[in-house]
Amino acid sequence: MKFRVEREVLADAVTWVARGLPARPPVPVLAGVLLEANEEGTLTLSAFDYEVSAKITVAAEVAEGGTVLVLGRLLADISRNLPSKPVDVATEGNKVSVVCGSSRFSLMQMPADDYPTLPTSPTASGTIAGDVFTQAVAQVSIAADRGDTLPILTGVRVEIEGDKMTLLATDRYRLAMRELTWNPEATDASHLALVPARTLSETAKALGASGSIEVALGSSAGGDGLVGFEAGQRRTTTRLLDGEYPKVTSIFPTSVDTEAVIKTSELIEAVKRVALVAERNTPVRLKFSDGQVAIEAGTGDDAQASEAVESTLTGPEIEIAFNPQFLLDGLGAVGTDYSRFSFTQPSRPAVLSGQDEVDGEADTTYRYVLMPVRFAS
Amino acid sequence: MSRRQYALPQRGDEHPPDDTGCTVLHVDMDAFYASASLLSRPELVGTPVIIGGGGNRGVVLSATYEARTFGVASAMPMARARRLCPTATVVAPDHALYSAISAAVMATFETITPVVEPLSLDEAFLDVSGAIRRLGNPARIGQLIRDTIHDEQGITCSVGVAPTKFVAKLASGLAKPDGMVVVPRDEVVTFVQQLPVGALWGVGDKTEEALLRLGLHTVADIAHTPVDTLRRALGESAGPHLHDLSWGRDPRHVEVQRRERSIGSDETFEFDVDDPAYIHRQLLKLSDRTAARVRSAGMLGRTVTIRVRFSDFTTITRSRTLRDPTDVSREIFDTAKGLYDALGLQRARIRLVGVRMEGLVESEGAPIQGTLDEPDHGWRDADRAVDRASARFGAGSVRPASLISDRERDRRRGRQGGAESGAGQTST
Repeated sequence: MKFRVEREVLADAVTWVARGLPARPPVPVLAGVLLEANEEGTLTLSAFDYEVSAKITVAAEVAEGGTVLVLGRLLADISRNLPSKPVDVATEGNKVSVVCGSSRFSLMQMPADDYPTLPTSPTASGTIAGDVFTQAVAQVSIAADRGDTLPILTGVRVEIEGDKMTLLATDRYRLAMRELTWNPEATDASHLALVPARTLSETAKALGASGSIEVALGSSAGGDGLVGFEAGQRRTTTRLLDGEYPKVTSIFPTSVDTEAVIKTSELIEAVKRVALVAERNTPVRLKFSDGQVAIEAGTGDDAQASEAVESTLTGPEIEIAFNPQFLLDGLGAVGTDYSRFSFTQPSRPAVLSGQDEVDGEADTTYRYVLMPVRFAS
Repeated sequence: MSRRQYALPQRGDEHPPDDTGCTVLHVDMDAFYASASLLSRPELVGTPVIIGGGGNRGVVLSATYEARTFGVASAMPMARARRLCPTATVVAPDHALYSAISAAVMATFETITPVVEPLSLDEAFLDVSGAIRRLGNPARIGQLIRDTIHDEQGITCSVGVAPTKFVAKLASGLAKPDGMVVVPRDEVVTFVQQLPVGALWGVGDKTEEALLRLGLHTVADIAHTPVDTLRRALGESAGPHLHDLSWGRDPRHVEVQRRERSIGSDETFEFDVDDPAYIHRQLLKLSDRTAARVRSAGMLGRTVTIRVRFSDFTTITRSRTLRDPTDVSREIFDTAKGLYDALGLQRARIRLVGVRMEGLVESEGAPIQGTLDEPDHGWRDADRAVDRASARFGAGSVRPASLISDRERDRRRGRQGGAESGAGQTST
């Protein structure tokens, strides 16, 4: 095998493929990146750890085709640090030489025959705009559970009915749901998938810069229990979480007693400041009255803080307490100039959604349901 | 009773010790359970007596000094104690009696000084600095306490008088039985440094081993070892702490309201058990009991710890800290069960299991992050209802159905003519 490739192209490609490689793989070959040079002038890099697979094809001057497996992180580190000149890669016996300008590296070949077969390239079930998808995933994945108590809750639930896609995640303290439209191949598309939130948000970030992302679900993903994403020359598949996602429809409050609209940035800053005195697991208290919301934190024994922010109010006044981080997560995710809170009682979930104007309509395509903190009696 | 016994170090001169500034008293009842039980069995006074559960499975709670000369010590398995001292009379413990005497003794302490820190039923620290003008110097007060308790309760106690808590505790240990040791301020360093390292508070088997490995045999050796060396050998906090103690420095005051650090209970089985279902039931029972005690103390706990002792007496503990503090039996049980299952034991023979709650905070006004899927009335409310029923009909009147023994169930069925018994039990 012998090929020449631009340093930037190689560095980008290896970095992307190797980003998810495990530091201490259960099997040594899983730390590798597979390089496949095709004499038609393409170089394909791939990595797979049985959970996530990544594959990218770039242009290269291939003198001699072939396949080698080398340590992925090492190759990524090397290619990032090479001078900005063409890189020559060739096999020499059981070694792989990487030559760029006057620097020269020799890497040990790993046994490519032992490398697992990647899931077959998925065929698309439909496409979605890159920026929309990235934003939606970021809005929803904040609410996914990071602990290990209920593995199913570490996923984002992706539901597809025709051209409607619904992303949803919850850690039982809050729930985020985003509805969006996509372009399915079949108008009667119907899928339900549980994608690990961490992988999904990494994928969305990596592919989001592209104009359009192809999504493969169900049998077209190349096997059961997989989801595939493709943008440009980058393809990735992820193993889905297995299990029954809890029923969540009953969580959305059916009625609203009090509504308040606040400028999002002002509330974020005020909550951040006031929360400085809130000790671990203690809430910020919000008192919504006509024209303003008063934010307080801290107890009489320790430090205390308070601040007021302008707010509209419809319905009776309400005083409610939230975990400051959960509140900030939601406010950071609405992505609009104004935020609308809907309440029933101080002990019942509040719903947060965004809107562009203070007296406009709420944009309910994104909803963040937050359970308040109460005080033991 | 102390795990280790040490000889009283030699004092320099024969003058009565100077007790100026020795305002901390450590009062410890002598073989408390044994002495208390013998009040109603005067014929056994002067003979070896062991207080402990019947059968061979329990542990020794206490023993008279006559039994201790045979090597019987508290926390020793009953079977071993009986082998060591076959002539001993075994008396079942009477916890109600011990509580009553303990309360009376603590009341006596309260008449001496308001600054009393009870350590357990039978020992307490007293700070008598405020009582000197009224009752005389600390040694006099110590004698007064000893006389009062002996006259009123009929049991003896030992008193350590020293400037700090840890020296006072050492002194009372050396005064046993029925004695008093005063360690004058000027002699604290000499007194402490004569002792073997194992005498220091906080030095258990492991630490002692580590110290001996470093060639440190006496407290004086520790005192003359650089703090950094101790820190490396024993850890960030233990190293400097032991160094301070070795110079008699102990900044802790006698605290009136000793905060509960943890609440929990253990169960030693009648026979070694390897059935996971049985262990799960015991964990449920212990979790229920622990949770009820946490609730009645008005606390919430955040860390659940389980203790498992195997048939060969090796003991392991595992703990998990929850996201939020809790007092809900169900949550404590789920965590304890998870910890036990994570051990992955394959038919290991188990002698004892225990469940403990740590990281306790006051429940009044404590913030609780609700969950979106919580029902209007959850396990918390069920626990409250169980507590109310227990208060009225006695502990255990309402409990998980899996904790009703077969015999009990048969008896109940028989009495009700085969009818399903529903009253007074919740199912899990």
